[in-house]
Amino acid sequence: MKINPRTSQKIAKFVIWSAALLVIAILLAIISDILLKGIPTISWQFLSEIPRNMGRSGGISSSIVGTLLLTVVAVIIATPFGIGTAVYLTEYTRESKITRMIRFSAESLAGIPSIVFGLFGFIFFVTYLQMGWSILSGGLTMAIMILPTIIRTSEEAIRTVPNLYREVGFSLGATKWQTITKTVFPSALPGIANGIILSIGRCVSETAAVILTAGSALRMPTSLFSPTRTMAVHFYILAREGLSTENAYGTAALLLILIFLINVVFNMLVNRFVSKGR
Amino acid sequence: MKKFKENLSERIFLLIALSALSVLALITVFIFIHGLPIITKVGIFNFVFGMKWAPSQGAYGIFPMIVGSVSVTLGAAILGVPVAICCSIFLTEFAPSMLRNIFRPAIQLLAGIPSVVFGFWGVLYIVPLIRNYLGGPGLSILAGSIILAIMILPTIISISEVSLLALPQQYREGAFALGLTHWQTIYYLLLPAAKSGIVAAIILGLGRAIGETMAVIMVLGNAVAIPQSILDPARTLTTNIGIEMGYATGEHQQALFATGIVLFIIIMILNASAQYITRKK
Repeated sequence: MKINPRTSQKIAKFVIWSAALLVIAILLAIISDILLKGIPTISWQFLSEIPRNMGRSGGISSSIVGTLLLTVVAVIIATPFGIGTAVYLTEYTRESKITRMIRFSAESLAGIPSIVFGLFGFIFFVTYLQMGWSILSGGLTMAIMILPTIIRTSEEAIRTVPNLYREVGFSLGATKWQTITKTVFPSALPGIANGIILSIGRCVSETAAVILTAGSALRMPTSLFSPTRTMAVHFYILAREGLSTENAYGTAALLLILIFLINVVFNMLVNRFVSKGR
Repeated sequence: MKKFKENLSERIFLLIALSALSVLALITVFIFIHGLPIITKVGIFNFVFGMKWAPSQGAYGIFPMIVGSVSVTLGAAILGVPVAICCSIFLTEFAPSMLRNIFRPAIQLLAGIPSVVFGFWGVLYIVPLIRNYLGGPGLSILAGSIILAIMILPTIISISEVSLLALPQQYREGAFALGLTHWQTIYYLLLPAAKSGIVAAIILGLGRAIGETMAVIMVLGNAVAIPQSILDPARTLTTNIGIEMGYATGEHQQALFATGIVLFIIIMILNASAQYITRKK
Protein backbone atom coordinates (compact mmCIF):
# COMPACT_ATOMS: atom_id res chain seq x y z
CA MET A 1 0.00 0.00 0.00
CA LYS A 2 1.32 3.40 -0.91
CA ILE A 3 0.48 6.32 1.33
CA ASN A 4 -0.58 9.52 -0.31
CA PRO A 5 2.23 12.11 0.09
CA ARG A 6 -0.20 14.57 1.59
CA THR A 7 -1.30 12.04 4.22
CA SER A 8 2.29 11.12 5.06
CA GLN A 9 3.09 14.81 5.43
CA LYS A 10 0.22 15.17 7.91
CA ILE A 11 1.17 12.09 9.92
CA ALA A 12 4.84 13.12 10.05
CA LYS A 13 3.99 16.62 11.15
CA PHE A 14 1.76 15.25 13.90
CA VAL A 15 4.41 12.80 15.15
CA ILE A 16 7.16 15.42 15.16
CA TRP A 17 5.08 18.00 16.99
CA SER A 18 4.03 15.38 19.56
CA ALA A 19 7.66 14.40 20.18
CA ALA A 20 8.62 18.03 20.77
CA LEU A 21 5.65 18.60 23.08
CA LEU A 22 6.44 15.37 24.94
CA VAL A 23 9.99 16.56 25.68
CA ILE A 24 8.75 19.94 26.90
CA ALA A 25 6.13 18.19 29.05
CA ILE A 26 8.76 15.94 30.66
CA LEU A 27 11.03 18.91 31.34
CA LEU A 28 8.18 20.89 32.90
CA ALA A 29 7.07 17.89 34.95
CA ILE A 30 10.55 17.43 36.46
CA ILE A 31 11.27 21.10 37.10
CA SER A 32 7.84 21.97 38.49
CA ASP A 33 7.84 18.95 40.79
CA ILE A 34 11.27 19.82 42.24
CA LEU A 35 10.59 23.54 42.56
CA LEU A 36 7.05 23.26 43.96
CA LYS A 37 8.02 20.74 46.62
CA GLY A 38 11.50 22.12 47.25
CA ILE A 39 11.07 25.88 47.48
CA PRO A 40 8.93 25.77 50.68
CA THR A 41 11.89 24.09 52.43
CA ILE A 42 14.34 26.82 51.45
CA SER A 43 14.62 29.40 54.19
CA TRP A 44 17.40 31.49 55.69
CA GLN A 45 17.82 28.75 58.28
CA PHE A 46 18.15 26.09 55.59
CA LEU A 47 20.83 28.14 53.82
CA SER A 48 22.79 29.21 56.90
CA GLU A 49 22.74 26.19 59.20
CA ILE A 50 25.02 23.19 59.14
CA PRO A 51 23.32 19.82 58.50
CA ARG A 52 22.33 18.05 61.70
CA ASN A 53 21.50 14.42 62.37
CA MET A 54 23.12 13.22 59.08
CA GLY A 55 21.16 15.81 57.11
CA ARG A 56 17.75 14.78 58.42
CA SER A 57 17.39 18.23 59.92
CA GLY A 58 19.30 21.48 59.87
CA GLY A 59 20.47 23.27 56.74
CA ILE A 60 23.06 22.78 54.04
CA SER A 61 25.45 25.69 54.56
CA SER A 62 28.58 23.51 54.61
CA SER A 63 27.53 21.90 51.33
CA ILE A 64 26.97 25.27 49.71
CA VAL A 65 30.45 26.45 50.75
CA GLY A 66 32.02 23.16 49.63
CA THR A 67 30.31 23.34 46.24
CA LEU A 68 31.44 26.92 45.67
CA LEU A 69 35.07 26.27 46.65
CA LEU A 70 35.32 23.11 44.57
CA THR A 71 33.84 24.85 41.54
CA VAL A 72 36.20 27.82 41.91
CA VAL A 73 39.23 25.51 42.12
CA ALA A 74 38.13 23.58 39.03
CA VAL A 75 37.40 26.67 36.93
CA ILE A 76 40.56 28.56 37.94
CA ILE A 77 42.74 25.59 37.00
CA ALA A 78 40.93 24.51 33.83
CA THR A 79 40.34 27.93 32.27
CA PRO A 80 43.95 28.92 31.47
CA PHE A 81 44.72 25.45 30.10
CA GLY A 82 41.51 25.39 28.07
CA ILE A 83 41.96 28.85 26.57
CA GLY A 84 45.69 28.29 26.01
CA THR A 85 44.97 25.08 24.11
CA ALA A 86 42.34 26.85 22.00
CA VAL A 87 44.74 29.70 21.21
CA TYR A 88 47.42 27.23 20.17
CA LEU A 89 45.01 25.28 17.97
CA THR A 90 43.64 28.35 16.25
CA GLU A 91 46.48 30.90 16.14
CA TYR A 92 49.77 29.06 16.21
CA THR A 93 49.48 26.02 14.00
CA ARG A 94 47.99 24.61 10.88
CA GLU A 95 46.27 21.25 10.94
CA SER A 96 48.96 18.71 11.65
CA LYS A 97 49.53 15.45 13.44
CA ILE A 98 49.87 17.28 16.74
CA THR A 99 46.64 19.25 16.40
CA ARG A 100 44.80 16.09 15.39
CA MET A 101 46.14 14.31 18.46
CA ILE A 102 45.20 17.20 20.73
CA ARG A 103 41.68 17.31 19.28
CA PHE A 104 41.31 13.56 19.55
CA SER A 105 42.33 13.67 23.23
CA ALA A 106 39.99 16.55 24.02
CA GLU A 107 37.05 14.81 22.33
CA SER A 108 37.89 11.54 24.03
CA LEU A 109 38.11 13.25 27.43
CA ALA A 110 34.68 14.75 26.78
CA GLY A 111 33.23 11.27 26.33
CA ILE A 112 34.80 9.54 29.34
CA PRO A 113 32.15 8.74 31.98
CA SER A 114 32.35 10.76 35.17
CA ILE A 115 32.75 7.63 37.29
CA VAL A 116 36.02 6.88 35.44
CA PHE A 117 37.24 10.41 36.27
CA GLY A 118 36.22 9.59 39.82
CA LEU A 119 38.34 6.42 39.81
CA PHE A 120 41.29 8.34 38.37
CA GLY A 121 40.92 11.23 40.82
CA PHE A 122 40.70 8.78 43.70
CA ILE A 123 43.81 6.83 42.75
CA PHE A 124 45.88 9.82 41.52
CA PHE A 125 44.98 12.85 43.64
CA VAL A 126 43.52 11.24 46.76
CA THR A 127 45.88 8.26 47.08
CA TYR A 128 49.03 8.72 44.96
CA LEU A 129 49.55 12.46 45.59
CA GLN A 130 48.20 12.00 49.13
CA MET A 131 45.79 14.91 49.00
CA GLY A 132 43.13 12.78 50.66
CA TRP A 133 39.44 13.31 50.13
CA SER A 134 39.48 17.07 49.78
CA ILE A 135 38.12 20.07 47.95
CA LEU A 136 41.48 20.23 46.14
CA SER A 137 41.27 16.60 44.90
CA GLY A 138 37.68 17.11 43.83
CA GLY A 139 38.43 20.46 42.18
CA LEU A 140 41.40 19.06 40.24
CA THR A 141 39.34 16.09 39.07
CA MET A 142 36.56 18.42 37.94
CA ALA A 143 39.13 20.65 36.23
CA ILE A 144 40.09 17.70 34.02
CA MET A 145 36.43 16.95 33.35
CA ILE A 146 35.58 20.48 32.21
CA LEU A 147 38.82 20.99 30.24
CA PRO A 148 37.37 19.65 26.94
CA THR A 149 34.30 21.89 27.23
CA ILE A 150 36.44 24.99 27.71
CA ILE A 151 38.79 24.00 24.88
CA ARG A 152 35.92 23.40 22.44
CA THR A 153 33.90 26.53 23.24
CA SER A 154 37.00 28.77 23.29
CA GLU A 155 38.19 27.33 20.00
CA GLU A 156 34.82 27.99 18.38
CA ALA A 157 34.74 31.50 19.83
CA ILE A 158 38.26 32.33 18.61
CA ARG A 159 37.55 30.90 15.16
CA THR A 160 34.56 33.20 14.69
CA VAL A 161 36.79 36.28 15.15
CA PRO A 162 37.19 37.69 11.61
CA ASN A 163 40.67 37.33 10.10
CA LEU A 164 40.61 41.04 9.37
CA TYR A 165 41.24 41.74 13.07
CA ARG A 166 44.47 39.77 12.93
CA GLU A 167 45.54 41.30 9.63
CA VAL A 168 44.99 44.81 10.92
CA GLY A 169 46.92 43.94 14.07
CA PHE A 170 49.89 42.59 12.13
CA SER A 171 49.82 45.45 9.62
CA LEU A 172 50.16 47.90 12.50
CA GLY A 173 53.33 46.10 13.52
CA ALA A 174 51.85 44.27 16.49
CA THR A 175 53.38 40.94 17.48
CA LYS A 176 51.31 37.79 17.46
CA TRP A 177 51.04 37.94 21.23
CA GLN A 178 49.81 41.55 21.14
CA THR A 179 47.33 40.79 18.38
CA ILE A 180 45.93 37.85 20.31
CA THR A 181 45.63 39.59 23.67
CA LYS A 182 44.51 42.99 22.41
CA THR A 183 42.14 42.15 19.55
CA VAL A 184 41.35 38.47 19.13
CA PHE A 185 40.82 37.63 22.78
CA PRO A 186 38.43 40.47 23.72
CA SER A 187 36.11 39.76 20.81
CA ALA A 188 36.14 36.03 21.58
CA LEU A 189 35.44 36.61 25.27
CA PRO A 190 31.64 36.19 25.26
CA GLY A 191 31.99 32.77 23.63
CA ILE A 192 34.73 31.78 26.07
CA ALA A 193 32.58 32.94 28.99
CA ASN A 194 29.77 30.72 27.75
CA GLY A 195 32.08 27.74 27.96
CA ILE A 196 32.97 28.68 31.52
CA ILE A 197 29.28 28.95 32.43
CA LEU A 198 28.65 25.48 31.03
CA SER A 199 31.57 24.20 33.08
CA ILE A 200 30.37 25.81 36.29
CA GLY A 201 27.01 24.11 35.77
CA ARG A 202 28.79 20.80 35.33
CA CYS A 203 30.83 21.21 38.51
CA VAL A 204 27.75 22.10 40.52
CA SER A 205 25.73 19.13 39.30
CA GLU A 206 28.41 16.42 39.23
CA THR A 207 28.09 13.61 41.73
CA ALA A 208 29.93 10.43 40.75
CA ALA A 209 33.38 11.97 40.26
CA VAL A 210 33.07 14.27 43.28
CA ILE A 211 31.91 11.70 45.82
CA LEU A 212 35.02 9.59 45.12
CA THR A 213 37.45 12.51 45.33
CA ALA A 214 36.03 15.13 47.72
CA GLY A 215 34.32 12.65 50.01
CA SER A 216 31.04 13.17 51.79
CA ALA A 217 31.93 14.89 55.08
CA LEU A 218 29.26 17.19 56.46
CA ARG A 219 31.63 19.48 58.39
CA MET A 220 32.17 23.06 57.32
CA PRO A 221 35.38 23.04 55.23
CA THR A 222 38.24 25.01 56.79
CA SER A 223 40.75 24.82 53.93
CA LEU A 224 41.16 23.40 50.45
CA PHE A 225 42.45 20.24 52.08
CA SER A 226 39.20 19.65 53.95
CA PRO A 227 36.87 16.98 52.67
CA THR A 228 33.43 18.20 51.73
CA ARG A 229 30.03 17.07 50.57
CA THR A 230 28.84 19.13 47.61
CA MET A 231 25.16 19.90 47.24
CA ALA A 232 24.66 17.32 44.48
CA VAL A 233 26.34 14.64 46.61
CA HIS A 234 24.33 15.70 49.67
CA PHE A 235 21.12 15.46 47.65
CA TYR A 236 22.13 12.03 46.35
CA ILE A 237 22.83 10.70 49.85
CA LEU A 238 19.62 12.16 51.30
CA ALA A 239 17.53 10.73 48.47
CA ARG A 240 19.19 7.33 48.22
CA GLU A 241 19.29 6.59 51.91
CA GLY A 242 15.79 8.01 52.41
CA LEU A 243 17.03 10.30 55.18
CA SER A 244 14.77 13.24 54.46
CA THR A 245 12.63 13.70 51.37
CA GLU A 246 11.91 17.26 52.45
CA ASN A 247 15.57 18.28 52.67
CA ALA A 248 16.32 16.35 49.48
CA TYR A 249 13.70 18.36 47.62
CA GLY A 250 15.02 21.59 49.16
CA THR A 251 18.59 20.82 48.08
CA ALA A 252 17.48 19.82 44.58
CA ALA A 253 15.43 23.00 44.18
CA LEU A 254 18.42 25.06 45.29
CA LEU A 255 20.62 23.24 42.76
CA LEU A 256 18.20 23.99 39.94
CA ILE A 257 17.83 27.64 40.98
CA LEU A 258 21.62 27.96 41.21
CA ILE A 259 22.02 26.60 37.68
CA PHE A 260 19.43 29.13 36.42
CA LEU A 261 21.17 31.99 38.24
CA ILE A 262 24.66 31.11 36.99
CA ASN A 263 23.32 31.28 33.45
CA VAL A 264 21.47 34.55 33.89
CA VAL A 265 24.17 36.44 35.81
CA PHE A 266 26.98 35.45 33.47
CA ASN A 267 24.93 36.28 30.39
CA MET A 268 24.29 39.72 31.81
CA LEU A 269 28.00 40.25 32.54
CA VAL A 270 28.92 39.10 29.07
CA ASN A 271 26.38 41.36 27.38
CA ARG A 272 27.60 44.32 29.41
CA PHE A 273 31.19 43.61 28.48
CA VAL A 274 30.31 43.35 24.82
CA SER A 275 28.40 46.64 24.74
CA LYS A 276 31.22 48.42 26.60
CA GLY A 277 33.85 47.07 24.25
CA ARG A 278 32.14 48.46 21.16
CA MET B 1 64.53 39.72 21.05
CA LYS B 2 61.02 40.08 19.63
CA LYS B 3 61.53 36.94 17.59
CA PHE B 4 62.76 35.12 20.67
CA LYS B 5 59.68 36.18 22.62
CA GLU B 6 57.40 35.00 19.84
CA ASN B 7 59.10 31.62 19.74
CA LEU B 8 58.91 31.35 23.49
CA SER B 9 55.20 32.10 23.56
CA GLU B 10 54.59 29.50 20.86
CA ARG B 11 56.49 26.90 22.90
CA ILE B 12 54.51 27.77 26.01
CA PHE B 13 51.22 27.48 24.15
CA LEU B 14 52.27 24.12 22.72
CA LEU B 15 53.03 22.89 26.25
CA ILE B 16 49.63 24.07 27.47
CA ALA B 17 47.93 22.51 24.47
CA LEU B 18 49.49 19.16 25.30
CA SER B 19 47.65 19.18 28.65
CA ALA B 20 44.58 17.38 27.28
CA LEU B 21 46.77 14.72 25.70
CA SER B 22 48.88 14.19 28.81
CA VAL B 23 45.88 14.06 31.11
CA LEU B 24 44.26 11.43 28.89
CA ALA B 25 47.50 9.43 28.98
CA LEU B 26 47.73 9.81 32.76
CA ILE B 27 44.14 8.59 33.23
CA THR B 28 44.74 5.59 31.00
CA VAL B 29 47.98 4.65 32.73
CA PHE B 30 46.66 4.96 36.27
CA ILE B 31 43.39 3.11 35.64
CA PHE B 32 45.22 0.30 33.85
CA ILE B 33 48.02 0.01 36.42
CA HIS B 34 45.48 -0.35 39.15
CA GLY B 35 43.05 -2.65 37.36
CA LEU B 36 45.21 -4.94 35.24
CA PRO B 37 46.71 -7.10 38.05
CA ILE B 38 43.33 -8.55 38.99
CA ILE B 39 42.42 -9.20 35.35
CA THR B 40 45.64 -11.13 34.82
CA LYS B 41 45.10 -12.99 38.07
CA VAL B 42 41.50 -14.02 37.38
CA GLY B 43 42.10 -14.39 33.65
CA ILE B 44 40.61 -12.03 31.11
CA PHE B 45 38.01 -14.56 29.92
CA ASN B 46 36.83 -15.37 33.45
CA PHE B 47 36.68 -11.69 34.32
CA VAL B 48 34.65 -10.58 31.30
CA PHE B 49 32.44 -13.67 30.95
CA GLY B 50 32.34 -14.79 34.60
CA MET B 51 28.78 -15.03 35.91
CA LYS B 52 29.61 -14.67 39.59
CA TRP B 53 30.50 -11.42 41.34
CA ALA B 54 31.17 -12.11 45.01
CA PRO B 55 34.14 -10.02 46.20
CA SER B 56 34.04 -11.59 49.67
CA GLN B 57 34.70 -15.01 48.09
CA GLY B 58 37.21 -13.69 45.59
CA ALA B 59 34.85 -14.23 42.62
CA TYR B 60 35.10 -11.44 40.10
CA GLY B 61 32.95 -11.99 37.00
CA ILE B 62 31.35 -8.96 35.41
CA PHE B 63 29.22 -10.57 32.69
CA PRO B 64 25.90 -9.72 34.44
CA MET B 65 26.99 -6.07 34.55
CA ILE B 66 27.91 -6.08 30.88
CA VAL B 67 24.46 -7.50 30.07
CA GLY B 68 22.92 -4.84 32.36
CA SER B 69 24.82 -1.97 30.70
CA VAL B 70 24.00 -3.17 27.20
CA SER B 71 20.31 -3.68 27.95
CA VAL B 72 19.66 -0.28 29.61
CA THR B 73 21.61 1.44 26.87
CA LEU B 74 19.66 -0.36 24.12
CA GLY B 75 16.42 0.42 25.93
CA ALA B 76 17.38 4.09 26.19
CA ALA B 77 18.26 4.13 22.49
CA ILE B 78 14.96 2.53 21.43
CA LEU B 79 12.96 5.03 23.49
CA GLY B 80 15.14 8.11 23.12
CA VAL B 81 16.59 8.12 19.61
CA PRO B 82 13.29 8.48 17.65
CA VAL B 83 12.09 11.23 19.96
CA ALA B 84 15.42 13.04 19.74
CA ILE B 85 15.55 12.90 15.95
CA CYS B 86 11.95 14.13 15.74
CA CYS B 87 12.92 17.02 18.01
CA SER B 88 15.90 17.98 15.85
CA ILE B 89 13.66 17.91 12.75
CA PHE B 90 11.14 19.99 14.68
CA LEU B 91 13.81 22.57 15.52
CA THR B 92 15.25 22.87 12.03
CA GLU B 93 12.16 22.34 9.84
CA PHE B 94 8.83 22.77 11.57
CA ALA B 95 9.11 25.04 14.60
CA PRO B 96 7.94 28.63 14.20
CA SER B 97 10.82 30.90 15.17
CA MET B 98 9.16 31.92 18.45
CA LEU B 99 8.80 28.29 19.56
CA ARG B 100 12.34 27.57 18.45
CA ASN B 101 13.57 30.32 20.76
CA ILE B 102 11.83 28.61 23.66
CA PHE B 103 12.64 25.04 22.69
CA ARG B 104 16.39 25.48 22.29
CA PRO B 105 17.05 26.95 25.77
CA ALA B 106 14.67 24.33 27.19
CA ILE B 107 16.88 21.59 25.74
CA GLN B 108 19.96 23.32 27.19
CA LEU B 109 18.22 23.40 30.55
CA LEU B 110 17.43 19.70 30.26
CA ALA B 111 21.16 19.12 29.66
CA GLY B 112 21.99 21.15 32.77
CA ILE B 113 19.77 19.26 35.22
CA PRO B 114 21.98 17.18 37.55
CA SER B 115 21.77 13.47 36.82
CA VAL B 116 20.85 12.72 40.44
CA VAL B 117 17.71 14.82 39.99
CA PHE B 118 16.63 12.57 37.12
CA GLY B 119 17.25 9.53 39.31
CA PHE B 120 15.27 11.01 42.20
CA TRP B 121 12.35 11.89 39.91
CA GLY B 122 12.49 8.40 38.41
CA VAL B 123 12.28 6.75 41.83
CA LEU B 124 9.32 8.91 42.83
CA TYR B 125 7.28 8.70 39.63
CA ILE B 126 8.51 6.19 37.04
CA VAL B 127 9.32 3.31 39.41
CA PRO B 128 5.89 3.24 41.15
CA LEU B 129 4.17 3.55 37.77
CA ILE B 130 5.98 0.44 36.50
CA ARG B 131 5.42 -1.45 39.77
CA ASN B 132 1.67 -0.73 39.77
CA TYR B 133 0.84 -1.20 36.12
CA LEU B 134 3.39 -3.67 34.77
CA GLY B 135 4.40 -5.59 37.87
CA GLY B 136 7.79 -6.54 39.26
CA PRO B 137 9.74 -4.48 41.78
CA GLY B 138 9.55 -1.33 39.66
CA LEU B 139 13.30 -0.78 40.06
CA SER B 140 14.08 -2.25 36.68
CA ILE B 141 15.79 -2.09 33.31
CA LEU B 142 12.67 -0.37 31.97
CA ALA B 143 12.89 2.39 34.60
CA GLY B 144 16.61 2.84 33.87
CA SER B 145 15.96 2.95 30.12
CA ILE B 146 13.26 5.62 30.48
CA ILE B 147 15.44 7.86 32.66
CA LEU B 148 18.48 7.41 30.40
CA ALA B 149 16.33 8.06 27.31
CA ILE B 150 15.41 11.45 28.77
CA MET B 151 19.03 12.17 29.74
CA ILE B 152 20.49 11.46 26.28
CA LEU B 153 17.93 13.65 24.46
CA PRO B 154 19.95 16.91 24.67
CA THR B 155 23.13 15.28 23.31
CA ILE B 156 21.40 13.68 20.33
CA ILE B 157 19.12 16.65 19.60
CA SER B 158 21.84 19.28 19.58
CA ILE B 159 24.34 17.34 17.46
CA SER B 160 21.73 16.20 14.90
CA GLU B 161 20.36 19.74 14.78
CA VAL B 162 23.82 21.05 13.86
CA SER B 163 24.19 18.54 11.04
CA LEU B 164 20.70 19.28 9.68
CA LEU B 165 21.36 23.02 9.82
CA ALA B 166 24.62 22.56 7.93
CA LEU B 167 22.78 21.31 4.83
CA PRO B 168 22.60 23.89 2.02
CA GLN B 169 19.25 25.66 1.67
CA GLN B 170 19.21 24.72 -2.07
CA TYR B 171 18.38 21.12 -1.10
CA ARG B 172 15.07 22.25 0.29
CA GLU B 173 14.36 24.74 -2.48
CA GLY B 174 15.12 22.19 -5.20
CA ALA B 175 12.91 19.55 -3.58
CA PHE B 176 10.01 21.95 -3.15
CA ALA B 177 10.39 23.09 -6.75
CA LEU B 178 10.02 19.46 -7.84
CA GLY B 179 6.74 19.30 -5.94
CA LEU B 180 7.87 17.15 -3.00
CA THR B 181 6.08 17.65 0.28
CA HIS B 182 8.06 18.91 3.25
CA TRP B 183 8.12 15.45 4.79
CA GLN B 184 9.26 13.81 1.55
CA THR B 185 12.07 16.36 1.40
CA ILE B 186 13.09 15.54 4.94
CA TYR B 187 12.82 11.78 4.54
CA TYR B 188 14.37 11.30 1.09
CA LEU B 189 16.82 14.17 1.05
CA LEU B 190 17.69 15.88 4.32
CA LEU B 191 17.95 12.88 6.65
CA PRO B 192 20.14 10.84 4.25
CA ALA B 193 22.33 13.90 3.63
CA ALA B 194 22.77 14.50 7.37
CA LYS B 195 23.18 10.79 8.10
CA SER B 196 26.78 10.81 9.29
CA GLY B 197 26.14 13.63 11.77
CA ILE B 198 23.02 11.95 13.11
CA VAL B 199 24.77 8.60 13.48
CA ALA B 200 27.61 10.30 15.36
CA ALA B 201 25.00 12.01 17.57
CA ILE B 202 23.39 8.66 18.37
CA ILE B 203 26.76 7.05 19.18
CA LEU B 204 27.68 9.91 21.52
CA GLY B 205 24.24 9.61 23.12
CA LEU B 206 24.81 5.90 23.67
CA GLY B 207 28.18 6.71 25.22
CA ARG B 208 26.46 9.08 27.60
CA ALA B 209 23.91 6.39 28.52
CA ILE B 210 26.46 3.65 29.10
CA GLY B 211 28.60 6.00 31.22
CA GLU B 212 25.85 7.42 33.41
CA THR B 213 26.10 6.31 37.03
CA MET B 214 24.15 8.09 39.73
CA ALA B 215 20.72 8.27 38.08
CA VAL B 216 20.98 4.61 37.16
CA ILE B 217 22.00 3.52 40.68
CA MET B 218 18.76 5.02 41.98
CA VAL B 219 16.30 3.36 39.57
CA LEU B 220 17.90 0.11 38.46
CA GLY B 221 17.66 -2.01 41.61
CA ASN B 222 21.34 -3.03 41.37
CA ALA B 223 20.91 -6.83 41.67
CA VAL B 224 23.90 -8.81 40.38
CA ALA B 225 22.10 -11.32 38.17
CA ILE B 226 21.40 -11.68 34.48
CA PRO B 227 18.00 -10.01 34.00
CA GLN B 228 15.31 -12.20 32.46
CA SER B 229 12.95 -9.41 31.41
CA ILE B 230 12.90 -5.64 31.19
CA LEU B 231 10.98 -5.56 34.47
CA ASP B 232 13.87 -7.18 36.35
CA PRO B 233 16.40 -5.18 38.32
CA ALA B 234 19.97 -5.18 37.02
CA ARG B 235 23.40 -3.71 37.65
CA THR B 236 25.57 -1.90 35.12
CA LEU B 237 29.36 -1.51 34.90
CA THR B 238 29.12 2.07 36.17
CA THR B 239 26.79 1.33 39.08
CA ASN B 240 29.00 -1.57 40.12
CA ILE B 241 31.81 0.93 40.63
CA GLY B 242 29.57 3.61 42.12
CA ILE B 243 28.03 1.34 44.74
CA GLU B 244 31.08 -0.55 45.92
CA MET B 245 33.90 1.98 45.57
CA GLY B 246 32.94 3.56 48.90
CA TYR B 247 34.07 0.59 50.95
CA ALA B 248 36.20 -1.59 48.64
CA THR B 249 39.82 -2.30 49.53
CA GLY B 250 42.63 -4.47 48.15
CA GLU B 251 41.68 -6.93 45.43
CA HIS B 252 38.06 -5.83 45.52
CA GLN B 253 39.10 -2.24 44.75
CA GLN B 254 41.34 -3.47 41.92
CA ALA B 255 38.40 -5.39 40.48
CA LEU B 256 36.38 -2.15 40.43
CA PHE B 257 39.23 -0.44 38.56
CA ALA B 258 39.21 -3.40 36.19
CA THR B 259 35.48 -2.79 35.67
CA GLY B 260 36.52 0.78 34.88
CA ILE B 261 38.99 -0.52 32.27
CA VAL B 262 36.22 -2.44 30.48
CA LEU B 263 34.00 0.66 30.57
CA PHE B 264 36.89 2.83 29.38
CA ILE B 265 37.57 0.56 26.40
CA ILE B 266 33.88 0.45 25.38
CA ILE B 267 33.66 4.25 25.57
CA MET B 268 36.91 4.80 23.64
CA ILE B 269 35.63 2.53 20.86
CA LEU B 270 32.33 4.45 20.73
CA ASN B 271 34.12 7.83 20.78
CA ALA B 272 36.63 6.87 18.14
CA SER B 273 33.89 5.58 15.82
CA ALA B 274 31.82 8.74 16.30
CA GLN B 275 34.88 10.87 15.51
CA TYR B 276 35.73 8.66 12.51
CA ILE B 277 32.20 8.97 11.09
CA THR B 278 32.14 12.76 11.40
CA ARG B 279 35.64 13.15 9.94
CA LYS B 280 35.00 10.89 6.95
CA LYS B 281 32.79 13.52 5.42
